[in-house]
Amino acid sequence: MLEFRVNGRPCRLELGNASLLVDALREPLGLTGTHQGCDTAQCGACTVLLNGRAVKSCNVLARQAEGADVGTIEGLAAPGEWHALQLAFSRHHALQCGFCTPGMLMRALAMKAEGVPPEPAAVRQALAGNLCRCTGYEGIVAAICEWLGAEHA
Amino acid sequence: MREFEYCRARSVDEVLRWLRDGTDSKLLAGGQSLLGAMKLGLMAPERLIDLQGLAELRGCAATAGGELQLGAMQSHASLARHALLRGLVPGLARLASHIADEQVRSQGTLGGSLANADPAACWPAGMLALGATLVTDRRELPADEFFTGFFSTALEPDELLCSVRLRRPRRFAYAKFEQAASRFALVGVALAQFDDGAVRVALTGGAHGVQRLPAFEQALGQRFAAEALQGLKVDAALMSSDVHGEADYRAHLAGVLAARVVQDALTLEST
Ligand SMILES: Cc1cc2nc3c(=O)[nH]c(=O)nc-3n(C[C@H](O)[C@H](O)[C@H](O)COP(=O)(O)OP(=O)(O)OC[C@H]3O[C@@H](n4cnc5c(N)ncnc54)[C@H](O)[C@@H]3O)c2cc1C
Ligand code: FES
Ligand code: FES
Repeated sequence: MLEFRVNGRPCRLELGNASLLVDALREPLGLTGTHQGCDTAQCGACTVLLNGRAVKSCNVLARQAEGADVGTIEGLAAPGEWHALQLAFSRHHALQCGFCTPGMLMRALAMKAEGVPPEPAAVRQALAGNLCRCTGYEGIVAAICEWLGAEHA
Repeated sequence: MREFEYCRARSVDEVLRWLRDGTDSKLLAGGQSLLGAMKLGLMAPERLIDLQGLAELRGCAATAGGELQLGAMQSHASLARHALLRGLVPGLARLASHIADEQVRSQGTLGGSLANADPAACWPAGMLALGATLVTDRRELPADEFFTGFFSTALEPDELLCSVRLRRPRRFAYAKFEQAASRFALVGVALAQFDDGAVRVALTGGAHGVQRLPAFEQALGQRFAAEALQGLKVDAALMSSDVHGEADYRAHLAGVLAARVVQDALTLEST
């Protein structure tokens, strides 16, 4: 029996030890906002927060998250509401197909705690583990810079 | 991945007991190399022993003897940001900050990288250049004896790497030419100069695992300047050829990086 908290809610799951964190989130919990792109720790689409740190959930065992706090895209805002970061992505047209977007948002969230400054070069470097095949990154970087620089966020 | 038993260790003794009870066990640090290998079926242990709960494998502090001690379970990201490390050996914190990406850095650990001894990894080059001491549950090994080749170390099957100790260099720098996709070193060179003037140079990205470059060390020991390396070449026999580059290209790159890293060391002085 695996116990951890997902978006603040305690969860108990019956899972094989070989299950990856991304599988635990998507299958039994139905949190399919966490995407699985490459399954080799390269693309960042599966990025979630593990005790506040951004990790690639395709490269972490669910058991490694035992007792931890996991944050996924579903926990970003209450249903029908939007997080300031999501609004910034919308304003800057920071997505096209949207496949990479949950990973981008979760990665960006952790940047604040890391003290990444709201500057394009720094944000690009901090975003090195997240690939987008559509946008060319301009809007993504602009949206994250705006959010990191905003007082209220 | 094949199913396995998962155990989270509460003490070093427990780790050793599990390693010796006859079940085919593997230590799990951050999992950033191990899980990839298990997904590919390159490894299928019967049991994983998770080290994340062991506080005694963490820390980054100065010892009574004035050395710096880094715990095996410190993540790359935590060391990249560590104020003490950044102050004492800024080039080593910088090495940590350029491993992979932030997500991998926040999970992957110093000890996992050293025990894995990937021939393209960054920490092994840094620790070999610094002449660090690797501290296990039962002995202390100089880096020169710890790294024994391609994905190979002197660790016994039931041995646990606990920490790394190093003396503060006068200067240290590391530069790598990144493979575009993974950011592993296609070639990387680490260099340390000590207060007595001695210089150690380590090469990563070679065919046989991390190794020193004695001719470069001698030249720089006599005169610590990029010009001192003129005419010196890295032997292409040390390098491998694959889709990312031919051995002679890599050898040339190693020479270029060595000169560059001397320059970096001169600008990025220990404070
Ligand atoms: C996309 C990607 C990019 C990467 N880029 C780079 C890069 O640029 N440079 C670089 O250097 N590395 C890179 N890496 C590798 C990364 O640094 C790994 O984190 C590291 O090599 C392994 O550390 P880990 O803590 O994850 O170890 P694990 O994967 O958990 O373990 C690795 C091996 O070490 C053993 N082990 C772990 N801890 C101990 C211990 N205390 N005592 C004895 N044995 C132990 C394990 O049993 C296993 O065999 C990259 C990895 C990925 C996925
Ligand atoms: S699916 Fe995890 S990094 Fe691509
Ligand atoms: S929006 Fe399509 S991959 Fe980023």
